[in-house]
Amino acid sequence: MSMRILEDAGAVPDAGPLADAVAFRERLMELTEASHEAALRPAQPGGLSHGLRAAIAARITRHYAETALAAHYDALAAGAPEAALAEPGAMSDDARLAAILAYVDKVTLSPSTASRADIDALRAAGIAEGDIVRLAGLVAFVNYQLRVALVLRGLAGAA
Amino acid sequence: MSRVVRKFTTRVPKWRPHVTPLDLDAATEEQRAALSETPSNTKISDYVLVLAHDPQALNARTPLFNGIMYDEGGLSRAERELGATAASFVNRCIFCAAVHASRYNQITGDETLMHKLFLDGAAADLPDREQAILRFAVKLSECPPAIGAEDFEALRAAGLDTQEILDLALSTALFGWANRLMHTLGEPVDDRHPAETE
Repeated sequence: MSMRILEDAGAVPDAGPLADAVAFRERLMELTEASHEAALRPAQPGGLSHGLRAAIAARITRHYAETALAAHYDALAAGAPEAALAEPGAMSDDARLAAILAYVDKVTLSPSTASRADIDALRAAGIAEGDIVRLAGLVAFVNYQLRVALVLRGLAGAA
Repeated sequence: MSRVVRKFTTRVPKWRPHVTPLDLDAATEEQRAALSETPSNTKISDYVLVLAHDPQALNARTPLFNGIMYDEGGLSRAERELGATAASFVNRCIFCAAVHASRYNQITGDETLMHKLFLDGAAADLPDREQAILRFAVKLSECPPAIGAEDFEALRAAGLDTQEILDLALSTALFGWANRLMHTLGEPVDDRHPAETE
């Protein structure tokens, strides 16, 4: 049986109470993997390439020092022209990428402050409606995934 | 114009999108299929029509969302709603907080806990178990790396087992996801007073 990304990053052991709890939510783990594919490697990526998506995901996980998932996303981003954007401090001179990074950082670190102006800024940078939704979905998914990974690791350590 | 809702409430507002919802007449086969996965016999909401721009993601997300909130066993339904509402409070998703606080109130038949949460956040004075759940969910939502061994110990001391802690993490993190869609792609409005404007 191959380890899934989330269980791997969460260092879920082979046996014991945590292994049992994860097995009990097996279906949810499979569905999480399906959402990972939809966010990172969708069949129809629109205006957000797989490489850019992986770099954004790595950047998000680094914002929270989530090193296990960052390593996974770095591997996915390897070779992509946007791979350098995986570092939180890295910016872009390209107006479209700069707008994307501003949204990624704000909605990851302080989602409570998001407003219509943030969506307007994406649109002003030439990002299509569908790509705004794809970007929001990617940022939101990785923020879910990194929190579950962290709790899995915490439970693994306590087991 | 209707008024934007800026305060936490258990009265569910209307959601107004910042992004143009999918035009059903122009929808692709895949988009139509993704829309049929949503709860039947309700009108397709603007929120779902916005998400339908990305049908593969919507298709994957809907059963995961429902499973985390409704699958049997483990953490109680009410306590999953508490995790969801705590995340929505931190992220200021007024719409999500209203929906899930009102579900909590329906399940428990008690409105005082959500009232305290909306007033005092993580500092709310609650019974031990609910307080431990609230504090963990707030911390996980605000800053995941701040979670340490003592936070797991607090949950165990309040009586949560490994399964319940995993389920709490799933429902809280799920709203870290939902809030980042709902609170960024649109805003809550109260359209009961059409004379008022923003």
